[in-house]
Formats: sequence, C-alpha cells, structure tokens
Amino acid sequence: MRNYFAKRITEWAQKDERIVLLSGDIGNRLFDKFKESCPGRFYNCGVAEGNMVGVAAGMAMQGLKPVCYTIAPFLTYRAMEQIRVDLGYHHLPVILVGTGGGLSYASLGGTHHSCEELGMLRLIPGMNVAAPGDARELEMILSHSLASSSPTYIRIGKKGEPQIHPSPLQATPGQPMRLRTGKDVALVACGTILPEVVAAAEQLEKEGVSAAVFSQPYLKPFADQEWNNIFQEHRLVVSVEEHSRLGGLGAALAEWKADKPRTAPLVRLGSGDEFLHRTTDQEGARKYFQLDAEGVIRKTQEAWRGVARA
Amino acid sequence: MSTDLAATARELRYRIIQMSHAADAPHLASALSCVDLLAAYFFGKNSPDPAKAKDPGRDRFILSKGHAAIGLYATLAKRGYFPSEWLERFAQEGAELAEQPAPGCAPGVELATGSLGHGLPVGVGLALGARLQKKSAKVVVLMSDGECQEGSVWEAAMFAPAQRLSHLTVWVDYNKWQATGRSPEVMAMDPFVDKWKAFGWKAREIDGHDIQAVAQAMSESPDPEGRPTAWVAHTVKGKGVSFMENDNNWHYRIPTAEEVAKAGKELGQA
Repeated sequence: MRNYFAKRITEWAQKDERIVLLSGDIGNRLFDKFKESCPGRFYNCGVAEGNMVGVAAGMAMQGLKPVCYTIAPFLTYRAMEQIRVDLGYHHLPVILVGTGGGLSYASLGGTHHSCEELGMLRLIPGMNVAAPGDARELEMILSHSLASSSPTYIRIGKKGEPQIHPSPLQATPGQPMRLRTGKDVALVACGTILPEVVAAAEQLEKEGVSAAVFSQPYLKPFADQEWNNIFQEHRLVVSVEEHSRLGGLGAALAEWKADKPRTAPLVRLGSGDEFLHRTTDQEGARKYFQLDAEGVIRKTQEAWRGVARA
Repeated sequence: MSTDLAATARELRYRIIQMSHAADAPHLASALSCVDLLAAYFFGKNSPDPAKAKDPGRDRFILSKGHAAIGLYATLAKRGYFPSEWLERFAQEGAELAEQPAPGCAPGVELATGSLGHGLPVGVGLALGARLQKKSAKVVVLMSDGECQEGSVWEAAMFAPAQRLSHLTVWVDYNKWQATGRSPEVMAMDPFVDKWKAFGWKAREIDGHDIQAVAQAMSESPDPEGRPTAWVAHTVKGKGVSFMENDNNWHYRIPTAEEVAKAGKELGQA
C-alpha cells in the first residue's frame, strides 16, 4: 500500500504543482521518482513530527497542498496538538498519511502500534479520517482528499496488502461500500483487516450464516442513510478493525446507533483496552485480538446464535 | 511610514492598559514587554501596507506569544488594519477580537496562537511556501522566552537553517519572566543567543526597548549567507509603567481605574 501511495502521489504531483511531500525521515528510496520529477517539492523534515505538521500548515496557508508522510503513531500521537491547532482549528487542507497503521508493525513493539489514533483524530472538528482497506480505496480517498478543503488523516498499512475491490471505486466520502451480499449478518471492516473479513464471510456462508461484507474506510465523514439501510436489512452487524473498540469504527457505529431506536444489534471487534506486550507479528497480533478470519467467524457465530434464537 | 516610534509606543501602551482594564483581560505585562517590537515592525521603515493584508504575496508577521494579543490588536488598529471600534468591543461576547486570536479574526492576524511553540514551525512553512512559489515575502515570528521551552521551537530552529530560510526572522521577547517564575531559572535558557547561533542562525542580542535600534535591525537585508536571523531582544516585563515593571503579578493582574489613570500619567497620555 505504501508503494502504491508513493507511485500515485508522484503522478498527481507531476500534474499539480501545489502538491508538496513532507516525510518524517522514512521511505528511503520510496520517493526517488518524486524527488526526481518534482524538484524542490520533497522535504525530509527529519525526526521532528510536530514541526513537520506546523510547516505543512504554513505551506497550506501559502496555497500549497502539503502531504505529510511518516509512521502512523509518530505522526499522530506525537504531533497531536499541531494537528488539532494548526490543521484542525485553522481548517487547512493538509493530508496526513500514516504508514504502518494499526498492527502492521506489530513486530516492532508497542511504540509502533496505532490502535487509538483513528479515535483521537476523529474527535477533531472538521477533520476527515479514513483507513483504506486496499489500494483501490486508497486511490479513492487520496483523490477525495486532494480535492477537499479540509484536513485529512489517511491510515495505510505496509506493503503487500491484497487488492480486494474488483474495480475502481467511486463512492462519496463516508459511504460504506458493499463487497458481498448476505441476508443474516453484515460484517463491516475498516482498514487493512478487510481481507480477513471477506474470508470470514465466505466461511460463514459455508457454515450456514449468510454474511454481507461492507468496507467503511471513512470514520469521518460517516454516512447516515446507508447505515439505516444496512441495519434494517440485516439481523446482526459486526464491525472489525485493527483499532481499539473505543473510538474507532465500532464506536462510530455505536454512537450512530444510539440515536436510532430499534436497530439490529452491533458487535464490535477490535483490539482491547490494553497495550500489546507480546513479541509477535501482525498475523499473531490479529490472532491475539481475535481479529483474524478465524476470530471473526468465532465471534460472529457466538453473536449470531443469540440473535437467531431470539 | 515615518512616525515618532517612541510616541507611538507610549500611546499603544496606554491603549493596552485601558483594554485590559475594560475587558478584564490578563497578560498585560507580557504585552507591554513587546510593544516596542510591535511598534517598530508595524510603524518602522518598510512596514507592511494594511491595504495588502490579504495579498497572497504579502510579508507575514506571526505573534507566536498569543497571550500578548492585546498588544498586536492595539498596534494593528492604530496602523489602520481594522476600525478602532473593534478595540472598544475587545473580548466582549461575539466581538471580533478575543483574548487570544481565532483563525482569520482580523486583518493582520496571520495565525491563531495561544498555545505556545506553534508560530515558528508555521512560520517556517510560510517561508518555505513563499520561496517555492517564488514570492519575495519575508516572515517574522515574535516569540516569548518561556515559549522557547517548547521542543517544537527547537525542531523548527534546526529545520530553518537546513532549508536556508534567510527570509525568516525570529524575535524573542526576552523579558526573563514566565507565568510563575524567572524563565532562565525555570529552564536553562542562557546562554540564549548562543543557542540560536549553535543551531545555525545569524543571531544577535539587542535592547528590545531601544526602538530606533530595533527598527533599524528590522530593516536589515536578509543574511547573504542564507541563514535565518534571530534577535534576542532584552526587555522588561511590564515595560513603561513604573509599578508594573518587573513585577510578575502583572502577568495576570487587571489594573483598577486608578491604576489606569496613574499609568496614563506616567506615559504622558492622560
């Protein structure tokens, strides 16, 4: 996904001179093509994320379109107040791209995990927040963000994520996208956990539970009418994300649902209210939090048995 | 723009004291310590033209020590950026001007400040953005000494010389006080000017109340070697009013009507 980002931002920047790329000392060689084809528009801002975000704000005030790129937890947690004040309060069209989002860098330890940042950024007024599930979603979100007058945070994974969507996407920001139909359960994914969720739905079907799959990369903006329909058309909704059950997709759905009486029950799958202290990799971390396909199937079956009995 | 800078500064000081009293607004002493810097910038040689306050290629002035906003407001109003009635309504419900500035609240206010350590990184971005777009604009950032305890200041201080931003200038209002103590004692600020030099800036010290010298410094050309410039301006907190100078209670205290009158007399205004 990060290679796709590097390729596309380079192509966009070749067409739009206002695009500048700021990196927090990562992406060695990743942006060589960008540097070569857009001279003077790549800035290695060093290991100083707060400054990088402030600098991006100043550039946006001059009419440029800055894109800041570094490892998700450093970009967001470290520079949180710059994001809130310089970008949010001033409502500047700066794009933040956090790489290695969620549990992508699980093997690097807790400092490199980001399972809270979507919730934190979602609280900032006027901030768009999205975690694409594959390169096609990233393409769509980048295109929205470059046209937007709002600040946007995009959480991406690492490399080698499978492409899930069969064709280019044209959803509006905030809309859920249907990947699979099913009448019993709606499984909803946010971010690169998407393939696990698709695999879970296929297996559930075999086990006699008809499961639809939706991808909801955006946590802000957040669709309303579509969710009305999804909650009406299914008897159970299960959200899945590499994020704390607090603050992310599950929380956004729960908040949405709180204002709507008599909707189908919601089960939120995510990381717990804990730091992951185990030595493991992304696969192991997903397993630990029961976010792999197997975990999603188990949790969905448990909840479905209750719903089906009722 | 030629004007009697010292007289302008005295007038501004009195206006600020009146505003603090009328609106119950704190941080009076912090504003008084940088009035001469504000007056020299906005009324000195090569001062910016208020008619061009929205010009995309304009010079930018950031008051990074947002708690001294009252000083900036009084200065901008006197310079004609907005009507002086805005000062009358300062900090009242729904007024244009709040105790610390909101984004785009008034012409001449480039950044909503109030949280310290934001102005310099944004100033660096403004300077980089201007250069990239081949605008000749200069950027000036006025900071407090306490503010320089924020790490983001030193992140930006390392980045600006690396980018050779000679059209960026920092002014530090070094009044040696922060909200609750002596700044060089709370944190090891000194040797302050040497810090800036060591970070790659063309850095010098100046008497921040020698308004002619300050105005002269502000009209200097950018460093031919490409370094950004930092001026450590030695100032007195509460400057201009005998009973406020160096008394840190005036960081928060609001002057009474009697004190306003007394200050006005000292400043030759009442």
